[in-house]
Amino acid sequence: MLFAVLSGFIVAALAPWLMGFLKDRIGWGLALLPAGLTLYFASFIPAVSGGEVVLQHWAWMPILDVHLSFMLDGLSLMFALLISFIGTFILIYAGAYLKGHEYLGRFYVIMLSFMASMLGLVLSNNLISLFVFWELTSVTSYLLIGFNHRDLDARKCALQGLFVTVAGGLALMAGLVMLGLVSGSFQISEVLVADGLLESPLITGIIICVLLGTFTKSAQFPFHFWLPNAMAAPTPVSAYLHSATMVKAGIYLMARLNPALGEHMLWTVLLCSAGGITMLLGVYLAYSATGVKKVLAYSTVMALGTLTMLIGIGTDYAMIAFASFLLGHSLYKGALFMIAGALDHETGTKDLTRMGGLRKAMPITATAALIAGLSLAGLPPLFGFIGKELMLEAVLSAEWQSSLLLVAAVLTASLGIAVAAAVAIKPFWGKVGDTPKKPHEAPVGMWLGPVVLAATSLLFGILPFLPEGWVVAAAVTSVKGQSVDFYLSLWHGINLPLILSGASLVAGAVLYALWGRTRAPLTMVNDVFSRVGPEVGYFRFMSAMTGFAAWQTRVLQNGVMGIYMIVLIMTTVVLAGYTLLSQYGLHLTLTGIGEVHFYEWAIALLMVMAAVYVIFTRSRLGAVATIGALGFSVALIFILFSAPDLGITQVLIETLTVILLVLVLFRLPGFSHYSSRFEIWRDGTVAVLFGGLMTLLMLGALDTRYFETISGFFVEASYPEAQGRNIVNVILVDFRALDTLGEIFVLAIAAMGVYSMLRLRAEVKDDRG
Amino acid sequence: MTEVKAKVIKSNTVILHTASLFLLPLQLLFSMFLLLRGHDEPGGGFIAGLVAAGAFVLYLFAHGVDSTRKILRVEPHDLIGAGLLFGVISALPAIFFGQALLTAQWWSFYLVGTEVKLSTVLLFDLGVYLVVMGSILTIVMSLNEAEE
Repeated sequence: MLFAVLSGFIVAALAPWLMGFLKDRIGWGLALLPAGLTLYFASFIPAVSGGEVVLQHWAWMPILDVHLSFMLDGLSLMFALLISFIGTFILIYAGAYLKGHEYLGRFYVIMLSFMASMLGLVLSNNLISLFVFWELTSVTSYLLIGFNHRDLDARKCALQGLFVTVAGGLALMAGLVMLGLVSGSFQISEVLVADGLLESPLITGIIICVLLGTFTKSAQFPFHFWLPNAMAAPTPVSAYLHSATMVKAGIYLMARLNPALGEHMLWTVLLCSAGGITMLLGVYLAYSATGVKKVLAYSTVMALGTLTMLIGIGTDYAMIAFASFLLGHSLYKGALFMIAGALDHETGTKDLTRMGGLRKAMPITATAALIAGLSLAGLPPLFGFIGKELMLEAVLSAEWQSSLLLVAAVLTASLGIAVAAAVAIKPFWGKVGDTPKKPHEAPVGMWLGPVVLAATSLLFGILPFLPEGWVVAAAVTSVKGQSVDFYLSLWHGINLPLILSGASLVAGAVLYALWGRTRAPLTMVNDVFSRVGPEVGYFRFMSAMTGFAAWQTRVLQNGVMGIYMIVLIMTTVVLAGYTLLSQYGLHLTLTGIGEVHFYEWAIALLMVMAAVYVIFTRSRLGAVATIGALGFSVALIFILFSAPDLGITQVLIETLTVILLVLVLFRLPGFSHYSSRFEIWRDGTVAVLFGGLMTLLMLGALDTRYFETISGFFVEASYPEAQGRNIVNVILVDFRALDTLGEIFVLAIAAMGVYSMLRLRAEVKDDRG
Repeated sequence: MTEVKAKVIKSNTVILHTASLFLLPLQLLFSMFLLLRGHDEPGGGFIAGLVAAGAFVLYLFAHGVDSTRKILRVEPHDLIGAGLLFGVISALPAIFFGQALLTAQWWSFYLVGTEVKLSTVLLFDLGVYLVVMGSILTIVMSLNEAEE
């Protein structure tokens, strides 16, 4: 399974080269990967539906209990199949939709990376690796929403999606870490059976943090606003990430953790209320929108709300409804999004009010739209009908606020039917609309996906035992934590859900008939609410944050070098000095002063003289040269105490420092007294304090010997273990090589900093003059 | 514009001009010497990198930025990239032997009667060498090219 996950990343890296070979057929070529993955995962169906859980394990960071371990049970299998099956058609579709786009190669790189991350997410058996994949999906989603990066709106929407999901991701990380600590393991399979989780004092925090993550990811109220904005992405992205897969990551995680956390009252209340509100709000907004992608986006919000609510309800019925609804939704919503893209592509507009009568021009697309639309509306004999009936049944079985949820569910079903009609019937029937482009049938790559997905909806509706036996039953078992006896069928006899369905069908038909007339008043109502909605909070928060950043930059990063140095040095003096005096006290023992040779005295005297001269000289060049002399004296001391490496390094560094300073000196104005008397005294005090501190530290270090020094070990181990006689070098490149690696990176960053700073200045000047 | 800039630093002494032509290869040889012997005797990538950078800086003072860039053949910041790459690559072989990252790997063989010791440590030191040299040259050359 590791290879199944990684293959996506590998092919992603190769995609730009494959572009060169395959040209316009790139979509078909790359689709072989998800098609192969679909078969691979399908080969697990017999084992998993038989109740087996496939576990695979690769140790990653065993000390931290972080592993690349994978678990394939019913829930994971259902998601993995959906991701790779829908992914196959999305890749083909994208090839046709973005045909000839200059960044098509880049698009496939991100798309395939996303697919691999998503597979990793749903297969992970480790909380930390799950989180890593989770964040990867956020990042790839950001890149895909902002794919048309020249469009300011697309960039803004991409950032919004990123901020909302990543902020939630941070909370999620805290939640997952707490969850792992409380249950004593970061392996999900062990977390799910951990004892005493619900009695832990941290449980409230865990639930809230985890839900912040899943609610933001899965666009639950009040974080739902980013999803419709994510429609700035190219349509294949919306179809794949923002309806069929990524936004279901939150749903997946809630379902995954349901056996562990589902019994807690807070879990039930939060999931049912947020889910219920999201469901109702989503369907209302879908009904009031006119852009075809917006309508679909809001109806996705509705579906995500429904799924959240079903997990919250938590009864057997709810779990069955959850699995069926999820499967049904992914199939029809993926199809409808692709159809929406085809409509946009062929007619040149996204506005539903301008479309009509397209069934003659686009017969295949129209048929697929009709079937998918019926499934969205929840009508027999489509699989969506089974999902909706079960959903109503589940709400009736709810133990918390059943009647309230039922009202919401029926309202949603009615509005949902009107929405389905608006998307699937309005563009294709009725009188021919006035569209910017003359419509004709979409190319085969663009109708293949919708047709296959719609056909699957129909097949699963007529033969519901197929999905039930393959994945649904096993998925229900994993969400519930125990096996549940049930069978899926279209006809359950005349019962309350069927009657409610009938009623909502009538209501939906009426609402659809009013669709044209309700545009104006609904737009007005939405305008009023958009002034107080959660998105306003988002914008307020963002502007407050940039305001705060600007303020603290003005205060802290004021651009005066001297102030920076004073802050740095005084912080060191106060912290280190306090620690030194409070822990060690003031000891001025000068043992061994008699053993100092006269030439050592001479060097020390030279250094003091040089330091004094630097302070009082009026010549910059003189100061630089004197500092150089100071450095060479230090080098001499190194050599006297038999450290030739340090000595050589010091000499070279001093030489280069002088060269650099000379280069800079050319650019300085003439020498003059710039500092006021106060500044001179202030700087002098800081300098003396720092010098004093260093002296005390050195004396203290010489005086105390708490531990054996490590140098003995280096001397002994250097040749036998590292095959080198030069201890300094062995330490640098072998014993402490990681430190050195870090240091050369720092050096490189510093050099690039200088380079870009000077270049940037030069370019600004070039622009001006 | 580069003409004007170059003049700021470019020295006109004939002695330095001529001497630097001979000093540059000698200094570079010396830096290689320091690099290769570094594991057993005083020397090593860091020192060798400083010497090599010093060699080019001297040449730069005598002949100006443009001719230095010409004999260097690559942009100094590409040296940084190459050095970091070597550093990272040298960390990897240990993984294939199931050891901790950066564990040194040695291969020694006899070539015309002399023992030649190759190792990831040497590659790592070469990385340090290139980064040090590249960083200093990047800074010096940018400073030199920055306008008055």
